[in-house]
Amino acid sequence: MEILSILIPVSLGLGAAGLVAFIWALRSRQFEDPKGDAERILSDKWDDRPRPD
Amino acid sequence: MADLTASGFSACPACDAAPLAQRLADRADHADGTLILSLPTAHCATCITDVETALAAHPGVKSARVNLTLRRVTVDAPGLTADDLIPVLAGVGYEAHELDPDALSATTADRQGRDLLMRIGVSGFAMMNIMILSIAVWSGAEAATRDLFHWISGAIALPTVFFAGQPFFRSAWSALRVGRLGMDVPISLALVLASAISVSETMQSGHHAYFDGVTMLCFFLLIGRYLDHRTRAIARSAAAELTALEVPRATLLVDGAEQVVPIATLRPGDLIRIRPGARVPADGEIVEGRSEIDRALLTGETLPVLAAPGQMLSAGEVNLTGPLTLRVTAAGRDSSLARLTALVEAAEAARGRYTSLAERVSKAYSPSVHVMALTSFIGWMWATGDLRLAVNIAAAVLIVTCPCALGLAVPAVATAASGRLFRRGLLIKNGTALERLAEVDTVVFDKTGTLTMGRPVLVSADPLPADLRPVARALAEASAHPLSRALAEALADQPLADLSDVTEHPGFGVSARWQGQAVRLGRADWLGVGDDVETLPTSATWLAVEGQAPVRLDFTDELRPGAADCVEMLRKARMRVVVISGDRPAAVADLAARLGIEDWRAGVDPRGKEAMVADLAAQGARVLMVGDGLNDTAALARAHASISPASALDAARVASDMVLTGNDLAPVADAVATARRATRRIRENFAISIAYNIVAVPLAVAGMVTPLIAALAMSLSSITVTLNALRLRDGRN
Repeated sequence: MEILSILIPVSLGLGAAGLVAFIWALRSRQFEDPKGDAERILSDKWDDRPRPD
Repeated sequence: MADLTASGFSACPACDAAPLAQRLADRADHADGTLILSLPTAHCATCITDVETALAAHPGVKSARVNLTLRRVTVDAPGLTADDLIPVLAGVGYEAHELDPDALSATTADRQGRDLLMRIGVSGFAMMNIMILSIAVWSGAEAATRDLFHWISGAIALPTVFFAGQPFFRSAWSALRVGRLGMDVPISLALVLASAISVSETMQSGHHAYFDGVTMLCFFLLIGRYLDHRTRAIARSAAAELTALEVPRATLLVDGAEQVVPIATLRPGDLIRIRPGARVPADGEIVEGRSEIDRALLTGETLPVLAAPGQMLSAGEVNLTGPLTLRVTAAGRDSSLARLTALVEAAEAARGRYTSLAERVSKAYSPSVHVMALTSFIGWMWATGDLRLAVNIAAAVLIVTCPCALGLAVPAVATAASGRLFRRGLLIKNGTALERLAEVDTVVFDKTGTLTMGRPVLVSADPLPADLRPVARALAEASAHPLSRALAEALADQPLADLSDVTEHPGFGVSARWQGQAVRLGRADWLGVGDDVETLPTSATWLAVEGQAPVRLDFTDELRPGAADCVEMLRKARMRVVVISGDRPAAVADLAARLGIEDWRAGVDPRGKEAMVADLAAQGARVLMVGDGLNDTAALARAHASISPASALDAARVASDMVLTGNDLAPVADAVATARRATRRIRENFAISIAYNIVAVPLAVAGMVTPLIAALAMSLSSITVTLNALRLRDGRN
């Protein structure tokens, strides 16, 4: 059962990593336009070069 | 459900004018130059590229970004106005309307939405991690291992409940303070009690801890809360979205010099100038100038009315051909606009407050849950005298009855239904609108501007001899009168005749010389032709060439796209369709015949419209009113449910529950069908949640519910309810 002392922190760590990723996505406004993002991937306008900022 | 209408409702468009003017002035000062346009017809990847490319190519535009979910484009263009960009979008085939960035108050709604999403994320993370540990406990972890797992679960769950449960605690607290029992009181009680018991059980090495149930409760309930928030935020921005595009300003004449002032500062006795094409800002008497006046939005009349010195004008009318000088007799609150709004207020009060299904359910729900939990506590205390056992069972009852499914039942359906209607071009402004719409059995349409576009089109160019068509076009091009514009548009493929001495005679028509002959285009009486316009179903103008018989050109009011389909679909759904218009009988009869509507009234004033809607209601009918003008506003407010097109006046849109975003009228019929199905789904969802409680509650009261059963029942019922709601999304038409 000593393996638990490794496995439990590992599983919590992975979960926390997921949570941090979610918070980052939320903060960088990636949930503002889900429909538009789904459609934008079909546009080939910026396929050859990245969009200039 | 909070009252949506309370925040955004103002019955008095004139009273809105002052803050609106202030806001517009503030807006002009905005240095950031961000414009937001609504794009009701955008729907695909091509639309995004088209719109963004077209806007980016326009000089002065720094960047443009389409949000397809909200059907909006945000443009960074310092120094440009929406009027510069809307034609650009029209050029690539997209309808666009200006939105007021301040009225959208996007930031607050966004912050709240993101805040809820964050809480969902945190509780989801906690739920999944605790579930992994709980599976070990459910499958038989013993003694020290179980206690360790409970401790870890508790270490995750307690901060989570503290953070994610805040929306419930706050709203429960505010309900309790005013002595009410909301849905959130039993929820908060369950969260707090279950957490406390689980901690005490863990300390005493007990078998059952509800940490998984508590976080799961937060997770599912927050999803319901978030969906509810999103529907409401969209509704709120929908109301704000279509705020007036016209500038509520007037041109004041001070000692002969023109000065632009906000309408609110006008006083009786002031002289104001009204240019052709402008809206009359206040009631007054014409002191100078001749023109024609379009009164369609106030009365529903399609025929322009002659205006001459001495005549009274009402605020809201549109000046068509010549500049007018007006002596203000009443402004702001005293004007005829404001008198109309008194009607609206009375009608609003008569409609009363509608109690939604959810409110009725929650009213019965909260007390019964508390009574049940308390009864089981007292019962077990009395039977066994074991405090720990009795508290445990009472907590189990609270957790099991907790309204996960109930909390999701309405928001999930409302989200699916409003999303579906939004895609078809209908914005829902009011929380109970769908339910009220589902009960409708009679549909009352306004004519001008609702069933029709409120814009004349030439019936046929046939009466015009081929050699006169270029002359007619050239004359028509010289005037801004709606009939002239319609004629010019219809004859756009003709060459322009070479005219000299082109003169517009405001209120009468246009005259010129062509190949040495006098040619005139205008009113029948001006050309000396006897013509009784009152009996004609259409409007007409005449073209006269010296030495030839005048030619009559008929115009009709173009049907709104989808109007025929909409009426047909409503009739198929066995609804009574009525047209009530302020226009002349001949014009209304013609339109009713075109759409196959037998039930119509003409020449009805605003008070009459409201009275007719009230009469229908008194006869037991549930009326859906569809209208756009000021004359419809009181009827819109009085009706059981109401819809107005995006082109409608502010006051009409404010008074309606739903607003069409595009030009098409077809979504109206679809909305009724969708609303009926949505209400059915909500009822089914309530039935599902109640059925689940009927099974689970006796088990809980009998002390047979374990955390495993609670978790299973909670997640299964929530998922069933959500799936049932999702059936609405892309179902049959």
